[in-house]
Parts: sequence; C-alpha cells; structure tokens
Amino acid sequence: MTTTAEAAREGTAGPYALSHLDALESEAVHIFREVAGEFERPVILFSGGKDSILMLHLALKAFAPAAVPFSLLHVDTGHNFPEVLEYRDRTVEKHGLRLHVASVQDYIDRGVLRERPDGTRNPLQTLPLTEKIQAEKFDAVFGGGRRDEEKARAKERVFSLRDEFSQWDPRRQRPELWNLYNGRHAPGEHVRVFPLSNWTELDVWQYIAREGIELPQIYYAHEREVFARSGMWLTAGEWGGPKDGETTEKRRVRYRTVGDMSCTGAVDSDADSIEKVIAEIAVTRLTERGATRADDKMSEAAMEDRKREGYF
Amino acid sequence: MTSTTEPVEPLSVWQLSETTLLRFATAGSVDDGKSTLVGRLLHDSKSVLTDQLEAVERASASRGQDAPDLALLTDGLRAEREQGITIDVAYRYFATPRRRFILADTPGHVQYTRNMVTGASTAELTVILVDARNGVVEQTRRHAAIAALLRVPHVVLAVNKMDLVDYQESVFAAIAEEFTAYATELGVPEVTAIPISALEGDNVVEASAVMDWYGGPTVLEHLETVPVSHDLAHCHARLPVQYVIRPQTAEHPDYRGYAGQIAAGTFRVGDEVTVLPSGRTSKVSAIDVLGEPVDAAWTPQSVTLLLEDDIDVSRGDLIVPSEDAPATSQDVEATVCHVADAPLTVGHRVLLKHGTRTVKAIVKDIPARLTLDDLSLHPHPGQLVANDIGRVKVRTAEPLPADSYADSRRTGSFILIDPSDGTTLTAGMVGESFAAPEPVKDAADDDGWDF
Repeated sequence: MTTTAEAAREGTAGPYALSHLDALESEAVHIFREVAGEFERPVILFSGGKDSILMLHLALKAFAPAAVPFSLLHVDTGHNFPEVLEYRDRTVEKHGLRLHVASVQDYIDRGVLRERPDGTRNPLQTLPLTEKIQAEKFDAVFGGGRRDEEKARAKERVFSLRDEFSQWDPRRQRPELWNLYNGRHAPGEHVRVFPLSNWTELDVWQYIAREGIELPQIYYAHEREVFARSGMWLTAGEWGGPKDGETTEKRRVRYRTVGDMSCTGAVDSDADSIEKVIAEIAVTRLTERGATRADDKMSEAAMEDRKREGYF
Repeated sequence: MTSTTEPVEPLSVWQLSETTLLRFATAGSVDDGKSTLVGRLLHDSKSVLTDQLEAVERASASRGQDAPDLALLTDGLRAEREQGITIDVAYRYFATPRRRFILADTPGHVQYTRNMVTGASTAELTVILVDARNGVVEQTRRHAAIAALLRVPHVVLAVNKMDLVDYQESVFAAIAEEFTAYATELGVPEVTAIPISALEGDNVVEASAVMDWYGGPTVLEHLETVPVSHDLAHCHARLPVQYVIRPQTAEHPDYRGYAGQIAAGTFRVGDEVTVLPSGRTSKVSAIDVLGEPVDAAWTPQSVTLLLEDDIDVSRGDLIVPSEDAPATSQDVEATVCHVADAPLTVGHRVLLKHGTRTVKAIVKDIPARLTLDDLSLHPHPGQLVANDIGRVKVRTAEPLPADSYADSRRTGSFILIDPSDGTTLTAGMVGESFAAPEPVKDAADDDGWDF
C-alpha cells in the first residue's frame, strides 16, 4: 500500500490511518468496555460539565444499541449553575439512567463539614464523594480528568487504584503496559478510571463539534452579572457573592469549565458558537484551569494534595 | 512574557480534525539533557501556555533561581520538586498543524528499565538521547536494546550538546555510525540520527544555523512526518472480545454483538472466522463501528462484530480469520521485563492477562537473564528482580491463542499479575526477543539461548 505510506508520510489521513479524534474515541471506548467486562458496580462521575458529558456520549456509543451499563454519580456542591442542574436532570431522563447524588450541603447541614472562610466548596467534595463510593460499593469510578489539565494529573494512570480510604499514592502506581489495564483490587478498594486521559481541551471541543453534542449554554458567550475576585469573573448569586467592596457588572462571558460557582471563573468572550469556541481555544495562551479555577492556585501542589485525599 | 504572548497561527477546524496522532517516548539518562529537550519541544512548539510558564517562573524565583527552570514544567509531584528528581512516567501533549503528539516522558533514574518499557510499550517512536561529548555509552546501548525488544518501529538518535563539541560534523557522524550499526544488529528497523543542541534550540524545532552540513529534518519535522500505523491493517486480523452486547429490547430482540478493539489487521463482512480457544467457526454477518454499520474495519478501531451463527462467544475469546489463526498452547515462552519490586521466581503462581483474557498460570522456568549493559546472558538465574529482563516459560491453566510479539505487539504481549494483591508483576513478549537472528555474540554461545 504505497498510497497509505505516502499519505502517512505527508501527515494526512490515509485509507487505514485513523484521525487523532477517531484514535482517541476508539481508545476511550476500549476503556469503557474493559470496565464493563471486569467490574461489578461501575459508576460515571457526572457534573454536567463538558468532560463528563463527553464521557457519557462515548459510553452511549460503546454499548449501542444496548443501554449504558453504568449509573451516574453527581457530587452536588450546592453552588451549582442552575442551567447545569437542569441539563443534568434532562440528560438522565432522556437516556433512562440512574443518578446518585452526594450532597455537600447535606454534610454542612448535618455539621459534618464546615463552610470554609473563603467560601469555596471544591475541597469539601472529597468526603461526600468517598463516602458515597463506600456506601454504594462502587468498584470502578469513571472520572473525566485529563492529563493535560494539570501536572499532577499528567502522572495519573488510566486505571488508578485507590485504597479503602480512596487515597491516591503516586509512588505506588501500577505501570500501564500496552493496553492491558489491570483492574484487580481488594474488597473496599476501588479503581478510578480516566477514559479521557489522553484528550486535550481542544480535542474535547473538536469532538463535541464533530458529534454535535449539546452542552449547557454557559459554555457559550452570553450576558451575565459578574464581579471580579482574585482576577476572575465570578457569577453573582445566593452562594455568597459579591461581598463588601465588590461590585457587579454585566459582561459578555463564557465558561471554559463548570464547577462550584464560588471558585469557577468566566472568561470574557464573544464565542457564541462552537466554531468560535474552537477558534478561541486554538489561540489561547492560558490553560483552562489557569484561567478559571481559583482552587488550583492555592498552592503549587493543590491538585496533588486533593487527589491524594480522594478527590477526582 | 513577550515570547509566549505572540499570536499562534490559527488553524482551520479541518486541519485540527484531520491530523494523525503519534505516540512517542523519550529515553535518556540524568545529565544528557532530556528535560531540556522536552521543555524545548513543548516551548518552541508553543505548547506551554502563559499561566504554566508564570507558575514555573514563580516557583523558580521562590527557590532563588535566576532563570525559569523548565524542568519544573514536567516534574509534577511534590516529592519530585523537593528532591529534584522525576519519579515516574508522565504523559504530555502537544500539537502542530500537521500532527498531534502523546509523549511518554520517562525518567532516567534507577528504575529506568521498567519505566522505559512502560513508555515504549505504546510508542511508535523512541527518541534516544546521547551527549555528543560522551558518544555511545552503556546507557545508550541499553536504550537501544529496550527499543529493539519492545519493537518500537522508529528510533531517533538525538546527538545532543553539539554546541559543546563545536558543532563538528565528524563527531556526529562517528556517533551516528556506531549507534546505527549496533541498533541494526539488534533488529531496529529504522534509525534517524539528528545532531541537536536542546539548550540552544539547534535542530529541535528550528533548523540549526550553525550546522549547515546537516541536511536532514529537525526533531519536530521528523516527528511530524514519520509514518504511523505501519500497515498494521494488513497483518493477521485479531479481535479480542471485550464484552457481549445484547440489548434484548423490543427494537433489537435478537442483537448479539461481540465488542472489542481490533488488535491487528482488517475484518470484512463475509469473512470466515474462528473463535479461540473453542475453535468454533462462523462468518461475519455485520460490523458496527460504534453504532454505525460498515463493510470493513481495521486496527485500532473499537467495533462490534456480529456472526451468522449463534455460537458461544464470551469475553476473553479471540476472533480470528479461519485461514489465519494463531496456534493455541498452554506453554508460553516469552521475553519479559520484571516491573515489580518483589522478585519473580520459578514456581510462582500468577495471573496472566493476554488481550481480554485473564488466566491462572505458573512460572515453570526462568532459563536466562539478560544483562542489557553488554547483552550477555546468565543461564538459570533462579529469579528475576525489578528491572530485570529475562526469558521465562509459563504454563497456563487454559490454552492461550498468542501470536509472536514480533508479528503483533498487541496479541503477542501479556502481563503477569500477583493474584494476592493485584500487583502488576511482569511485562511479557511472546517468542524471540530481538529481530536479528544472532545479535549476541559472546555470552550467547555459552548456553545456546538465542536472544
């Protein structure tokens, strides 16, 4: 097949070469099917953010025309964007899925967790998440984490073993050889599985465009009441902002990530269509977390420390 | 921050979606400039974003360093930053208009063998770094041997620190010649040697202005244009069955599909196939690629095969063309790299994962251990310890349809797992180790093991 070799040499897709999106899709589907084949009670972490929406889309394709053999788990911080919750519930309904919710607000109301002085609830998610995993005896937990997001995540395996306390120990990770994933675990332990490990933010957006996947509207440019805090635009709301000395203004913004309203910032943007979003990301000089996540800026190892404790 | 804020050429959506993916690994010892090369590739291909660079500058300044330490871009863990070492394989991502890259960044420290094996197992290309002042050293030979063992299709020899040898062509030519001869002897199919200075940026992303005697590609140009997928679509077709899809709904009352990722070759509707290990035969009646029917599908697509006959097929089975089936056997001979801290011994009871099948197995014999430094063989070492490469005979509880690793990296590979705690013990490659018939001259004569 001279033509294949020549086409490949040109760096373009020959008849047998998969485009990078097809290769990533195929790999993610392989990971979903391995988990379905090897585990008893897998669950997909679903926040209504683009990465978890993408995971669900891939899972739907992996088992078509049968149903997805996994339920969903949402760690609800209590500070969610209403559009995202609405999207979550509509999606669960549409695909006939089962949704588990671990609620941070419940833990605060019961006095088990205490609100932090800075108001962010991201670090508070770890306990409700890990207790839910134990209570429901989930043995595989899909997360939408990507290695390009953060340098501690660059070290994460696709199959990441967690002990009975859900802790991650980067020094005791299993080598991952070929595509032979090792999901063995003792009772009480579980495996975090990251089918999007090898995707970048741009891959995610290109795939969403190619597949025509619907996202919550906050990902596209829109007018919103925001105020400035720590160099980010936060949405004003009942969760606790703005405080004294902070003033709101109407700006045209969009979100690059979706999380807790208290620590997820919007970016100024005119990108109101997927094509414009892709064009914007292709030339951006900021990572998505650098641009929009306050909690990752707390220390050089903020993500690693939270991951060690059981965060996703 | 002017260097990072200059606008990047915007790419069309078509360019962004139609590019191919290359997985490659780097190999290098501690002082040969691997971090600098990786940092240079990421930085000069504009894959380091402003906030990442700012974080590195902040961290470097807080340590009292004058210039940003690019190694901080890649050393992600607390212990790594505290000790200034790299603990484990990390994966990095960058893209050019022509191709996207997944780089397995493997540390050059004590555990290098298992780390390099891990990185190389999924790589289509390995970059081996050499310090131009030192030339081909023991470590270089080790890297070449591992690349040959893992059958990485392309090897790049990056002769680094050319700035420290006055950019002399003769220095480069001698190193390139010595390395290429050695690698070819091991059976490495293709070596591309490139003279570089990672520190100065010569021939990494930009062509060198001072080495006009060099007419070849830069490292990045080579990465962008090297062929991927190597005609794997024309190899023996293999589908390890991962999962049986049976909707049992009103719409699909009789759908029974065998889902899996094609490990090698091409399947077409109408192909006569055999299911291993049972040996039952049927015909491919339909192929679905993620819900869409197609006439043919090939590696590495994830597909669902439907068969004409209602035969018993389940997870762990291997679907192959009837005229091209591998032999099944309960005795597997393989070259292995031991990756766990606890040793592997004769008599060890293990689990063996091959494709989608996990079977009980017992280590019957460890005929030889290979010393990568000089490729000498030690017969009957009794055990293999972490980072050892050796020859192992394993008896499995059920017949295994394994290909030779030389024919198929996917269906010729396996891992051994400790049944008590699930630890991944050993990476295995079925069959002969090196592609060349008799690459080992000295010690191999002693015992006749043809590595």
